[in-house]
Formats: sequence, structure tokens, C-alpha cells
Amino acid sequence: MEVGKSAIRVDAADKVSGGAKYTDDLIPRPHLVAKLLHADIANGVVRAIHTQEAARLPGVVKIVTCFDVPDIQYPTPGHPWSTETAHQDVSDRKLLETRVRYYGDDIAAVVAEDEVSAQRALKAIRVEYEEYEPLLTTQAATAEGARPIHDERPNNVLASMDLRTPMPESDFKTVEDVLACPAYHQFEGHYQTQMVQHCHIEPAVSYAYMEGGKIVVVSSTQIPHIVRRVCGQALGIPWGDIRVIKPYIGGGFGNKQEVLYEPLNAFLTRAVGGRCVKLELTREEVFQNTRSRHAISFDVKAAVDGDGNLMARWVKAVSNQGSYASHGHAIVANAVTGFRQLYLDQLGCHAEACTVYTNLPAPGAMRGYGIPQGDFAGECMMEDIARKFGLDPYEFRLRNIMPLGYVDPFNGITCHSTGLRECMEKGAEFIHWKELREKYQNQTGPVRRGVGMAVFSYKTGVWPISLETASARMVLNQDGSVQLQLGATEIGQGGDTVFSQMAAESIGFPLERVHIVSFQDTDTAPFDTGAYASRQTYVTGMAIKQTGEIFREKLLRYASEMLERPTAELDVRNGEIVDAATGEQVLRMYDLAQESFYSFRRTEHIAAESTHQCKDNTFAFGACFAEVEVDIPLGKVKVLRVVNVHDSGKLINPKLAEAQVHGGMSMGLGYALSEEMKFDAKGRLLNGNLLDYKLPTAMDQPDLTALFVETDDPTGPFGNKALGEPPAIPVAPAVRNAVLHATGVAVNDLPLSPQKLVEKFTQAGLIHNGR
Amino acid sequence: MYDITSVYQAKSVDDAIAALTADPQAVVIAGGTDVLIKIREGKLAGCRLVSIHGLTQELAGVTLAENGDVEIGPLTTFRGCTESPVIQKTVPVLGEAADTAGGPQLRAAGTLGGNLCNGITSADTASTQLAFGAILRVRGPQGVREVPISEWYQGVGKVALAHDELLVKIVIPQSHYRGWSGHYIKYAMRNAMDIATLGVSCLVKLTADKRGVEDLRLAFGVAGPVPMRCLETEQAMVGLPVEEAAEKIGPSALGEVQPRDSWRASRAFRLQLVEELSKRAFVEAVRKGGGAL
Amino acid sequence: MEILKCTVNGRPAELGVDPRESLADTLRERLGLTSVKKGCEVGECGACTVLVDGVAIDSCIYLAVWAQGKSILTVEGLRDPDTGELSDIQKAFVEEAAVQCGFCTPGIIMSAVEIVGSGKQYTREELRKLISGHLCRCTGYENILNAVERAVNTAHGFVGKES
Repeated sequence: MEVGKSAIRVDAADKVSGGAKYTDDLIPRPHLVAKLLHADIANGVVRAIHTQEAARLPGVVKIVTCFDVPDIQYPTPGHPWSTETAHQDVSDRKLLETRVRYYGDDIAAVVAEDEVSAQRALKAIRVEYEEYEPLLTTQAATAEGARPIHDERPNNVLASMDLRTPMPESDFKTVEDVLACPAYHQFEGHYQTQMVQHCHIEPAVSYAYMEGGKIVVVSSTQIPHIVRRVCGQALGIPWGDIRVIKPYIGGGFGNKQEVLYEPLNAFLTRAVGGRCVKLELTREEVFQNTRSRHAISFDVKAAVDGDGNLMARWVKAVSNQGSYASHGHAIVANAVTGFRQLYLDQLGCHAEACTVYTNLPAPGAMRGYGIPQGDFAGECMMEDIARKFGLDPYEFRLRNIMPLGYVDPFNGITCHSTGLRECMEKGAEFIHWKELREKYQNQTGPVRRGVGMAVFSYKTGVWPISLETASARMVLNQDGSVQLQLGATEIGQGGDTVFSQMAAESIGFPLERVHIVSFQDTDTAPFDTGAYASRQTYVTGMAIKQTGEIFREKLLRYASEMLERPTAELDVRNGEIVDAATGEQVLRMYDLAQESFYSFRRTEHIAAESTHQCKDNTFAFGACFAEVEVDIPLGKVKVLRVVNVHDSGKLINPKLAEAQVHGGMSMGLGYALSEEMKFDAKGRLLNGNLLDYKLPTAMDQPDLTALFVETDDPTGPFGNKALGEPPAIPVAPAVRNAVLHATGVAVNDLPLSPQKLVEKFTQAGLIHNGR
Repeated sequence: MYDITSVYQAKSVDDAIAALTADPQAVVIAGGTDVLIKIREGKLAGCRLVSIHGLTQELAGVTLAENGDVEIGPLTTFRGCTESPVIQKTVPVLGEAADTAGGPQLRAAGTLGGNLCNGITSADTASTQLAFGAILRVRGPQGVREVPISEWYQGVGKVALAHDELLVKIVIPQSHYRGWSGHYIKYAMRNAMDIATLGVSCLVKLTADKRGVEDLRLAFGVAGPVPMRCLETEQAMVGLPVEEAAEKIGPSALGEVQPRDSWRASRAFRLQLVEELSKRAFVEAVRKGGGAL
Repeated sequence: MEILKCTVNGRPAELGVDPRESLADTLRERLGLTSVKKGCEVGECGACTVLVDGVAIDSCIYLAVWAQGKSILTVEGLRDPDTGELSDIQKAFVEEAAVQCGFCTPGIIMSAVEIVGSGKQYTREELRKLISGHLCRCTGYENILNAVERAVNTAHGFVGKES
């Protein structure tokens, strides 16, 4: 069995020795460098750009302004395309913009011989604007008379939704009736999340050149095939005229599930006759000009009966979309849907969501895709309900969690397997839940401790909201090893390793005989939409399994020919042809391969390629438990211990799964305590660098514990379910709930930063001072 | 690639001073952890650099003078300061303060001289040097002069150093440290790679029975536009039993500091930190001095 | 252009450099040592960490001309020159699953080389501090700490023993 083993990463040796090549490592030298001119207003129109002086500077090759680009609006999110217009992504962005929609919007680009020349040219460009009032909040953008940020949405509302679950027969007609019923405990709350950034350590970078009349774009992306399509759309050229190559990438976390500057890069190389142009963002630009996690505001209500059954819930979420649609409404829709799915309301749930354009940098996809926000609201709410009505927060959750067999009334996604209860049990045991809940009650003094928990559910892939399809290709090498080619991408998560394990498993090969092609080249790689939605082990996994079976059949057919025995009597085990009954080796794969390539009798280049269109989905689950120590006078939270327990179905590679969970937990801790993008009144990002933006260092967190409950999901190719994103989801509410337990102070907006805590503790009378 | 017009690598302190005299616009660069970042930001783009990076023979290292003064070469890195046996023996709190700056790589490159010459209020070693009353020896075309650190800071980013002068020695006189113990607390949002929201350095000289405050120094970073001492508080604590001083030092310091509101932290928050951390730094300094609290 | 003479990964190097270059620029662009990564260019992420005369520094904020006469080590210089075998530190990173996207990895390994080379034992908290100049978004530092700990222990022959 290759699946289920903690195999060493296939790329580890290259990555520890400098052998792994990332985009900027591969660029031909010398090359031209492109730099962007960013608007220094947040809302307005570029009236004129004066580039004459800049164009005369030494080293400057070309200046392109917002007046020079095609009048084509294109979509940027890494979603599968839809052939139905109604389901296509919003196309609201041009390569460069005359209509400035956020502070830092791209209004011109300089191509120069080197970086310094490009920088100097940027400084020499003069811009004339017509400036409007920046609309930074959803309230400001939707106020009476607010100026439209996009003409297509005169009220600045990108989209909204209103979903009511079907109500069972009862005295209540609507959720609102239930919420108003005095027989139930009634709860209302408001929760707010902040904007945070992915902070992949490799900045966004691409380079582009022309070859054979085509534009080649080499990019650090999670979604090469989608980048190809969007480059074609943005430039108004056939998609086949674009070739995208994806090398190793230094982290993505959803930010590179977006077509960022590849279309502009393609445009710029064409503008300089196909010479190689590099477009690398600085760290500051990564913060300002790429995507982030949406700030979402939640209002919630709930009705709970005397036994602690959730009778009904209402949630209204408003998402600040910033200046461009990107993934748009899909995020907040996912947030409220996840909020609803995690628990079962006895009577009904009413979810409203709305996405509003503002003049902030546009958020997009980020690990968890709305669920970290929705889970924060939901799990704070569950804690607060339990506290208010004297319920045990653990038991209260347990009583209401999604049951096995649950079917979502809107999208039909079904709970095929669940280990959530076991995750809770395991986590509670690890943290000593009961004992510490008891022990930390009624503390006094400046330093207090608490324990908190949160749970989540997360779907696997995007079906049926969107298309799920993947292809795999396997080619026999002359030595009897197999070449595995996918359109699915390794982005650091370990994809290549688990894909190789899956291929080995499905063919009957040992892992070392599987050679995966790590880089995707859209001219040669099979189609796959890419790394997002924790989909690849599930969806691509199905394609690998199916292709492996075809490949195996082909090997057996050829072996049957060679051995003159029926295929039914043969099998592939440990990479060799064996007698199916006895397991005895009857033919070496090496000999089979040699024969298949060089036979005078009949050559056959054994290969298999197939597409799997996945029309299923399944829920992954998990829980986080955290123990904290709060230094009240200093507003500091120290996380003493933290554990995530995941039900991601069967683990393909336990060691890598654990590592993946560690990273998500760390991201969750930053989300809980320190990370936040801050803007001034003009909409200018204040802390767009790695010093002022506080992602955790090794000194800011305790040892991270990852545990698993392995269910065997009947729909997963190997019993597996989503894993990549989930670890980041439950940590923030668990920490918040632990701080509540320690101090009695409920902080309802993220992050729990020291200044905010000092303010809240002062209000709560925990800090006394004479000022 | 930095937007630099030229880099002159000085061969000696005299050579550097001559280069600075010859070029009124030249910028001195030592460890580079500050100047290079400003160049990249565009603030110093196109500048001409006079590099003293290589002058470690003349300008790096910590020594104990015959008279017991601690003499610190300004090119001594944060790490060099922390690891110096002289520092550990005489003014360990300075080594501890230096050990809170940035992260290990930065501490191996950034210098104590740079930390003073850039004049910033959040400099992690500045408040402790201020508390010790360091003497800054400065050399220019006219020769050497000494500036008490109390006269060093002249405004945000401005120090008492002429364009053609170099800081060549930081001296902590023996009388300023013998019998003193100290503690520095850096309060920041992260435990590494951060700039101080507030830095507090408290030095204490205990009475012979270790129960009272014979003398005290209390200095802050980020409690005002430049690193500052709380002279009134220092005076007010003299003669108090340590328990009483511990209760009074925070409220007293509040009357002297002027932190400002910024997007990084509010004035009110910084005041809370001043009050709380003054006490904590004092308590720890007393403990290090052999007192009990 | 200036002539820079130094030792890179154990071999003498003599090359022309532009005085405006950072050491990271020189190593990447002129010597093809692309393990030296650029994540921020201001000394905040640690991805460009190399050893200069045995000390880990951020090569993005170190002028190339300062390396005159010095000895520079990057991850490319760690494999056994004869057999190509990975060093013990590299192996520790591989075996502890301390590598994910791999972008911060070479820099952290260089800090680990200095840590292991110090010949000292460290507590886990001390190790946290010693690698705190590196930002990693994939691993939560957990397996990186495990790898550094393992490398330190291997160097001291403590593997499998109570320390």
C-alpha cells in the first residue's frame, strides 16, 4: 500500500539543496523589467498621464498607460469557466485603469532595461486626477447618493442572496416567527472579521516572452490553465495563443488562485516585440495590489429550546469586496452556507448575504474561502449562547452538529461520513477540557488562564456550485517506470507526493517507480482547474485512480500478449507482473517495457489518459481546542497549548497531513491575535510589509499539535476528504472563546490585538487606572 | 539592485571623515540595516554612500578601560554586544536590550552606533544607554569631542552629530554602572522581528540591605518623539522602600511621558504600558540586584 | 563595476559586480545560486539568509562589495562535494517533513548550519529565538524546529539517547 504511508516528499531533496526552481530562478538573463505605477488616490479618474520626461530616461524601453490598453473587461478569479453567461465570473477589470478604484490601482507600467531605471521612470511620470471621496466601508458605499465604483452596479452592491431553508410542519411559518417565540431562549449577536493577507513568502511574480507567434507566460500560480484562459480573454486573443508554465511556487494560500498580473505581463511582452519581460511585485505591492481575506460583518440571531436544541438561526453577512469583484460574492455566500451547515436547526435557518464594492484593495480567495469568517461568527455565537443560557459549550455543540446523512436542501451536498464527535472527544481529552474548564473558573489577578474550543465543517471541492473536472496522464517509460502528468498543481501542500502515492497505489507500482512532472505547461499538461477548494486529492485523486486502473489494464493486456495467458490470471503488484492467484512474479515490468518499445513483433507505447468529472462532494470536519494565558494589564494573550483534530477521511500521507495542519493552525493563530490590514482615511494601506503586518514568528506560538480521526469516506477516491484549507478555520474562535473563559470578556471582532484587549478589559473593569 | 550613485568604502575613520567633508550630501552607511531600507523606500534614492562597514578594526568591539569604563565601538553589532563578556560582566542589561532587536540576522548586521545615530525613539538599545548616561565620543575634522547622551537627541531622527563627524566610541563610565542592576522590557506585537510599541529600561541601585532604592534610572523608547528619561520619577523613588517604589513608579512615570497616537498604537494604550511596564521593569531590576519583591 | 574576490561555497570566486548590488543579487544573478530567495528585500523575511564568514545574515541588505575577502556559504554548498549526498542538516529537514513550499527553506537551513556549527545544545525555546528571523507561512515552524533539533542532536550524537 502506497496510500496511507508517510512517504518522503518527492520534492524535498531539491527544495533543501537549491535544486527546486521557482519562477524568478528560471528567467533568461538579461531580461527587461516591468514596474507598475500605482494611483495615489483611492477613488477618481485619471485625466492625463505625462510620460514624456520618463520616456527619455536612460534604460526605459516602453511606457504603457491606462489610455493604451484594450477596452476589455475580464474576470480574474480562479474559477472554472462557465459556458452559461449567467454563471460566468464578473468581468470588471482592465489591464490598467483610468477609473481609479483603490489607493494603489494600476494606472501605468514602465518596461526598462533594469529595475533602477524602471523605478526612476515611475518617479518621473506625472498624473492628473479627478478625485472623489473614498468609500471605504460598506456603509459609506451603500449610503444614499454614494457614487458608483463600477457603472454596472449603481448601488455598489455586487450581489446579494437570501436563503430560507424549507420549514417542517409546525406552528411557525418563518424563522423570524421562531426567533420571536418567547418559549425559546433568544440570542442576538454581532461579529466582525478583519482583512488579512496570505503572506506567501514568494511574492507574486511572472515573466513573459513570445515564441512561435505565441505568448509564453511563466508564473507563480495555483491555476495555470485558468491563467491561460484569462490571458486570452484579457488580451482578446485565442486562448491557444497563450502558453502558461508553472514552476515550483513559494506558497499561494488562495492568492495565486487568482489571475494577478499575468495578463498585463503578456500584454507588455507583446508591446516590446516579444522580448522577455519580468513582472515581479515587491512585498509592499503584494500587500496592496493582490488579494486578501474579506472583512465580513455578521449579525446573528438564534432560538434555543430548554434542552439546548437549536430551533432556528438567522444570519446576515455583509462583505467588503473592495474595488474589484475577484471571487466576489462566492466568498460570503460560502461563509453563511458554512455557518448554516455546521449545525442542524430543528425548524429552520434564514441566511442573508450581501457583497459591497468599496475603495479598498480587493480581497479574493484565501485558505478557507469565507468559512474562517463564518465559523468565527458561528462558533462565537455558540459559545455566547451556551454562556448566556448556562449550557455546557461542548455538549451544546455536540447536541446540534450536522448528523451523518445530512443533505443540504439547496445544493444537495451530503454528509457521507463524519468523525466530528470523535474529533471533539479527542481534542477535549488532549486539552483536559473538563478539568481545565472547572479549574479556570472564578480566577482573580492580573494573569488568568482559560480554555476554548471551536468546530467546523468544510466541503470538498466546488461541486455542484461549480464544475469539477480533472485529467491525468500516465506514460510507461522504457525502464518500466511511469511518468505521471497532471494539470493539478503542487503549491507547497505536498500535492505531487500524494498524487504519486495515489498513482502508485492504483497501478500497483512502488512509489519510486512513479515520476511526477511537477511543472505544468498548458501546452502539454492535461487539463485541471488547479489547486483550490481543497479539491485536488479528491477530484484529481479520482482522475488519478481512474487513469491508473486504465493504465494497469493496458499493462496487463500487453503482458497477456507476451505471456500468452489471459489477463484475468495476471496482476500488477509491487511494479511487476504477477500470477494473480499465487502472487508469483511472471514478468518483470522492465522486460514488458523494453518489449513494448522495441519489439519487432508489436510495439505499443503504453499510456493512459482520462478525465474524471466529479459530481459529488463531501464534508470534512474538525475541532480546535486552545489553552491561553491572558496578561490582562498588557493585553497579551499567550497560547499555551493548541490542538487541531481533523476528520479529513483517510489520510493519503499522515506526516504531510500533519504538517499541513500545523501551517493552517499558525495562520489561524495570526488571524486570532495579531494579523490585520490597516488603512488610513484616504484608503492607503498602512502596514503593507512584513514588519508592520504581524504574521507569527517562531517565537509567537507554542508547539502545535495535529491529531486525526480517520473516517473512510465512501465518495473519496481513497476514502479521503478535504484537508488543505480546514486547519486555518477553527483556531481564531477557539482562542477567542478561551480568552472569554479566562477573563469573562467577549471580544467579538478580530483580531484580539493587545490594544483592543486593553480597551475591552478597561471597559470591563479588569484594568483600573486613574487616567 | 539599489538606486545608489556610488559607494565609497572608507579605509579608516580619518578617510571616512575626509570623504564626508568632501561630499556634503554623502550618507554614512555602517551595518546597512537602516540605510539600505531607506534607499529602497526611495527616501535616499540616488545617494552617494560612504561605507564604514569595513572599519571593524577601529570601530568594533567592546573593551574595559583601565579606569573601569566600558568602551563600545559603534560598529559593534547587536549580537556582538550581547555576546561580549565585558558587557555581560558590567552592563548585562544593555546586552539583553540588544538581544531584543529584530531577529538574529539583523542583530548580526545592525550596529549599536547605528541604533543611536539614526535617532529613532524605538531603538532598542537607546533607552538603556540613556539610562546609563553614556558618553558619546565623536570625531570630526576638528578632532574629538564628547557628547553626553542626554544632549544627543535633538528631535525626531536628529542627533548632535555634524555631517562630517563620526561616532567613534560609546563610553559607559564605571561610576554609572557599578552597583547598579537593570532590566529592559521591549513591548511589541510580536516576540521577534518587531519594533517596540514601548521600550522601558529601569536601572536601580539598592541600599545596602537591598530593601530600599538608593538611586534609580528610568528611560523609555516610544514614550515620546525621542528616547527619554523620567527625571522626576527617578528623584521621587530615591529613598523609598522597594515595595513602595514598585507601586509608585508607574503612576509617577505617567506624568512625564508624552506618547502619541499613531496607527501603530494609541496614546492611551501606550500610557497603560508605561504604567504597567515601569513597575515590571523596576521589580525585575530589583530582583537582579539581589532585592526581593 | 568592481572586482569582488571572495570564497563562495568553498571555492575562490573572482567576479565583476555593480556596487549597487546586494549580495543576494550577486549570488542569484551572477553566480546562479538561486537558493538565495528574495521575499521582502528589507531583511524582514529571512529567505535570503546566507553565511558570511560563518554568520547568518540577510543578504538582501548586505552590499555585495562588503563581501570582499569573505567566505560565503549557501545551501548549494552543503551537499557532499564528492558524493552529492545531502548534509545531515538537509536530511533532517527532509525526514522531519519540514519542507513545504520550500521558499523559506534554504534560508532557514543556513541559520541551522550556524546553530549546529556552534557546537552547543539548545532548548526548544532557544531554537525558536534562533530561527525567529525567518518567516514561514506553510509549516507553523513546528517541523522546522523538529528538524533543527534533530540536526543539533545528530551533530552531538544524542539521537536516541536521553539528553
